[in-house]
Amino acid sequence: MTTLRGAAASALPLAAFRFLTRSEARAAVEGAKVRWGFLVDTYKCVGCGFCVKACKLENEVPYDAPVTRTWVERYVILKDGRMLADTPLGARDGFTGMEVQGVQVRKREIAKAFFVPKLCNQCENPPCVQVCPVGATYQAPDGVVLIDRSWCIGCGYCIMACPYGVRFFHPVYRVAEKCTFCYHRISKGMKTACVDACPFGARQLANLKDPNDPVTRVILTQRVAVLKDEYGTKPQAYYIGLDENVR
Amino acid sequence: MRSHVLRPLWVVMGVVALILVARQFVVPEDFGIHERGFMYGYHRKSNEEEWKAFKVKYRTKDYCRDCHPDKYGENITSKHRIIQCENCHGPAVDHPDSPPKLSIDRSRSLCIRCHAYLPYPTSQRSEIKGIDPGEHNPDMECSMCHNPHKPDMG
Amino acid sequence: MTEEWSVHGLEWTIKELFVYPNEYIYWSIQIVMYPLMTGLVAGAFVLSSLYHVFGQKDLKDMAKFSLVFSFALLIVAPMPLMFHLQQPLRGLEVFFTPHFTSAISAFGIVFFTYSMIVASEIWFVYRRFFVEQVSSLEGKEGIGNTLKRFIYRMLTLGAYDISEEALRKDERAIKILAAVGIPVACFLHGYAGFIFGSVKANALWMTPLMPVIFIMSAIVSGIALCMLTYIVIMEWKKFRIRTSSRPRQLTAEEVGGAEVDLVKKSSRYLLGFMVVAITLEILDLVFRGYTAVKSWDILRSVIYGKDFVNIFILQYTFGNLIPFVMLLLPGLTVRRTAVALVLVIFGVFMMRWNVVIGGQAFSLSFAGYMHYHLPVIPHSFETYKEGLFGALTIAVMPFVLFWGINKLLPSLRYK
Repeated sequence: MTTLRGAAASALPLAAFRFLTRSEARAAVEGAKVRWGFLVDTYKCVGCGFCVKACKLENEVPYDAPVTRTWVERYVILKDGRMLADTPLGARDGFTGMEVQGVQVRKREIAKAFFVPKLCNQCENPPCVQVCPVGATYQAPDGVVLIDRSWCIGCGYCIMACPYGVRFFHPVYRVAEKCTFCYHRISKGMKTACVDACPFGARQLANLKDPNDPVTRVILTQRVAVLKDEYGTKPQAYYIGLDENVR
Repeated sequence: MRSHVLRPLWVVMGVVALILVARQFVVPEDFGIHERGFMYGYHRKSNEEEWKAFKVKYRTKDYCRDCHPDKYGENITSKHRIIQCENCHGPAVDHPDSPPKLSIDRSRSLCIRCHAYLPYPTSQRSEIKGIDPGEHNPDMECSMCHNPHKPDMG
Repeated sequence: MTEEWSVHGLEWTIKELFVYPNEYIYWSIQIVMYPLMTGLVAGAFVLSSLYHVFGQKDLKDMAKFSLVFSFALLIVAPMPLMFHLQQPLRGLEVFFTPHFTSAISAFGIVFFTYSMIVASEIWFVYRRFFVEQVSSLEGKEGIGNTLKRFIYRMLTLGAYDISEEALRKDERAIKILAAVGIPVACFLHGYAGFIFGSVKANALWMTPLMPVIFIMSAIVSGIALCMLTYIVIMEWKKFRIRTSSRPRQLTAEEVGGAEVDLVKKSSRYLLGFMVVAITLEILDLVFRGYTAVKSWDILRSVIYGKDFVNIFILQYTFGNLIPFVMLLLPGLTVRRTAVALVLVIFGVFMMRWNVVIGGQAFSLSFAGYMHYHLPVIPHSFETYKEGLFGALTIAVMPFVLFWGINKLLPSLRYK
């Protein structure tokens, strides 16, 4: 029996369970010089969908699969108060016609209409990470939420936990998949593929830790909003010109 | 004979020990609690590097400039300077090594992403010069009349 | 890109109005089966504990059977999860790198603890039987007997003492384990409820009542299934002996079939738990309607519109109201009970369905719907395991296992 106990004790993976104290964790995070965030200007977005196209090709999400890491939504609010919205194929091919949700909309019926790009909010309190049973998804020190494709068991709990519908199962690798803010690009000093592909500057990447970052300055000095703040997720993608109809 | 009552407990402990031993072999060494604490930062550290090592495919206009100075120069003075070469030609990746040739998308569907007129009053879309794709020379490629690199030349 | 791809959920999801592009019904039939199965486990165990702990003597025959049956269910309970995982081979990671802030991870630990408690309790209940088998099989010829004796020897764990004193110790251990097992069983199934109730992104799931509702309906379904299985097996044995042409060892009267008294008494417990379960569910519904937060518009359209038949006709009327009346009316017969029990189990299944599928029937945008079309004829492994036949496989499995386990641990006695 003593041998059994000994074996159990020696096998205890204490190193892996080293808990950081609260202050240690805070110091580690606050000491970081980078915290990635995002700024979307919905006035500037024209719904061309170049961002979605670039994202799918850059990040190897099968082009014809109806799932995508980023997408653009169209909202058309009619004068009679009805709200129509759509995002065909995530707007991979842009918006080129007046038909929304099967309704042929005429110009004089429109009260307001606009496009809203969506992507992962890289929340400060990501509920998707909280619910992962095996530690396969996590928040990197710079705030980006990533997925370990070699460790994900594919239970789908994170997909259920995201209030923004950002996550999906990768159609080829069969593990959870999400926007990484093009981690391979931003960590090399580049911008995300969607930011580069946007001709109108509707999408901007920000280092929220750097007060001199011009995008951060916009976020800090202008009126911006976030999506679904009622969930307490503290999303870090900020929006200019968000409308109450935006879901 | 000593009490037999605890025997199932020894079996249970054996199973637990087995799991803990197996864990030593299966779990990568750098798996643990990192910067963001247990709730948000419990992961395999080297995965961050794996994501950083992902292949970059879109190289942006600067990558095209040196080898295609004519096209670049033509484009950079036009209204279309805000559009990346790769938006229409596809990602450069390691061009010209791989792929040796990039595609040229001349389809109307590419141009009407922006230039199909949509009268959306609170969006910049309505300020872009646009057409009704069904009425404006529907059988012709846009590039037969318009130079996509420098459209303002006509 | 030319590589093979398939989008999980595309096969059985139909979208209506405005739904985000990545939304599909990711949790399908197997996630309906999973809480149903864990619920049956918990319920069966609670039924057996009613005898062991609270000395409900009238349940004695039921106790042994439901304990062994709960063990068979216990082995099946993780199977729907394995069928559902996109990477089933990595399932054990839940034990290797448990992320305890996740309800699923903590569930793994609770489930392990619970299965160990049940296994230990069964060991104590059957230890004397094991020892007797070992000695009675001694010297018998044939590979079958040798093998059987070897298995029983393993099962004794080397404890051959069946003196009065040792058996008294067994009794005490059983009582303790059964007592500890009740809260763990409730905790186990409460956790299954917590898995859903804690998803704040899902307007239908998120309620603190969810774990309690799950526990109550679990006990209801567990008791119902145990009673039903008991009735069916006992009646089947009676039937077999009546129709058998071989010389009879026992007469049909001796076997006796299911006992009306036992069935009546068990059904009283069933009714009690049903009342609590339904009360909580109605409370949840009333509260949602009264507080009417942002999500209520879409929830109302799902509950009273799209899922009306599923919720109010199939679940509440056929699954609760009708069997409730059937069990309450005087002159209860075994046959009427059996029909009511089938309806009760069906009602709990529909409750799981309406939670799991109903919770995904509307978009996170609150401006669109998703419809689930259960794959019936499988044309790929995925449409098998996440389709009708996958669910049937899971549903049949506990009975197959029970049949096997019952060979080694006979749990049904004649009068």
